[in-house]
Amino acid sequence: MADVAIGWAGLALSLILVAVAVGLSLWQGLRLEREMLWATARALVQLLAVGYVLVLLIDEDTPVAWAWAWVVVMLAVAALTVRRRAPEVPGITRLTVIATAASTALSLSVVFGLGVYPMVGRAVVPIAGMMIGNSIGSIVVASRRILAELADRRPEVEARLALGQPWQEASKPFVRSALRTALTSQIENTKAVGLVFLPGAMTGLILAGADPLDAVLVQAALMYLILGCVATNVVVIGLGLTRRLFTPDHRLVRLARTGGG
Amino acid sequence: MPAAPLYELVGVGLVIDGATILAGVELTIADAGITVVLGPSGAGKSMLLRLLNRLEVPTAGEVRYRGEPVDALDPLELRRRVGMVFQRPAPFPGTVRDNLLVADPGAGDDELAAALGDARLDRAFLDRSADELSGGEAQRMCLARTLVTRPDALLMDEPTSALDPEARQGLERTARRLADGGRPLVWVTHDLAQADRLADDMVVMVGGHVADEEERARFIAGAGDGGDDDGHGRGRRRRRDGAAAAGEAGGEEEEDARG
Repeated sequence: MADVAIGWAGLALSLILVAVAVGLSLWQGLRLEREMLWATARALVQLLAVGYVLVLLIDEDTPVAWAWAWVVVMLAVAALTVRRRAPEVPGITRLTVIATAASTALSLSVVFGLGVYPMVGRAVVPIAGMMIGNSIGSIVVASRRILAELADRRPEVEARLALGQPWQEASKPFVRSALRTALTSQIENTKAVGLVFLPGAMTGLILAGADPLDAVLVQAALMYLILGCVATNVVVIGLGLTRRLFTPDHRLVRLARTGGG
Repeated sequence: MPAAPLYELVGVGLVIDGATILAGVELTIADAGITVVLGPSGAGKSMLLRLLNRLEVPTAGEVRYRGEPVDALDPLELRRRVGMVFQRPAPFPGTVRDNLLVADPGAGDDELAAALGDARLDRAFLDRSADELSGGEAQRMCLARTLVTRPDALLMDEPTSALDPEARQGLERTARRLADGGRPLVWVTHDLAQADRLADDMVVMVGGHVADEEERARFIAGAGDGGDDDGHGRGRRRRRDGAAAAGEAGGEEEEDARG
């Protein structure tokens, strides 16, 4: 592996491109220079910290329980990240924990239960990380879409409620449309993989010297897992959030864009 | 014992996000004819109507439907017994038939056509796409959709505010026919002329409560030309010449509601 490690000097050289980005921002008056430098520094510190933790976690002598503890930390960070990106969605932190825990449990039980990978720290942490990481985007999209659909289409939803439909029925067309939107982007990603972009895991493996065909198999397995994981997330969010947006007596709660009478 | 009124509101208040929408509303709505709830924008008329089929719940007081507290009734059952037509038509995707079937998925074409007929739309509309209807047709379809549930009573929230004068008059005549046919109707409007045409009983609301005599007179003087209304008691008046009102509806002047 020594031949693919870029070392500190290599890392320093890659900063040239950050300098280019900063230069472009200055030239175009975008005022994003500070933001870029902060992001660059922050990413490095976060990755280094994680790197050191990973060294410990994937050590063969470290009990796998520590890897699971790390997964719990990732779930918490994911929930906080989603809350920051979709603060208008009520109860989103709790829903995210439930959705990501369910989807991660499902994918990991397939991976480890069927013996695709042995259940060791080296597999648990990166695979769970991928599932949780991909969950964040889909949860943000699904929850925001559901909220926007129900707020924008409030007259239709209430017309259905006024006909005596229970909330589950009255919300169905709108929640379905939101969930389709959230899932479609992941389906498109899955279709475009390899043709348009080489995904992270595969790129990393190839750069690290693995046989490209092995890298492809790993990546394909991961893409399928991610698709299943995203679908699980989206459905859990769909059910959980919609339930929260209606009262037990079948009224749509007041949402950000509602008007009075 | 006399029959219970359609609705009774006892000390009803509604506060939303800290804002008082309704306060101390005391009101009885008769189980017959058309009760018009009249008032300026922001008087709380629409919210009052929403309380009647539990799209809102009061934060104080009690709403009773035919003697029973509304919160003791199954909300879905209540909403089928009391149909609601909203200010703006909200057609669902698909044909008129698809729309009506949402109200009763098991209904046959004859039942749907009967509901259309009650709303004064021809059976041929069943196959029309709901999003191609004119404003008046769409509102009639929404009324028909509500009628498919065979409601005992109807709540209509400024149903003509988005319609042209001709469609407005047509819907007023339909409302009169339905009320005279035995379905009591609560009609919310800010249009004094319309209230005069339709009301068997009229309730004036201002600032979230039923208007007292002075408020009522001030509102009427401001809203209409001032000279036609006096001698009506405390925020409401009663008239039982429904058929005459229906007759007038066709011949009204063109002055239209602002919407």
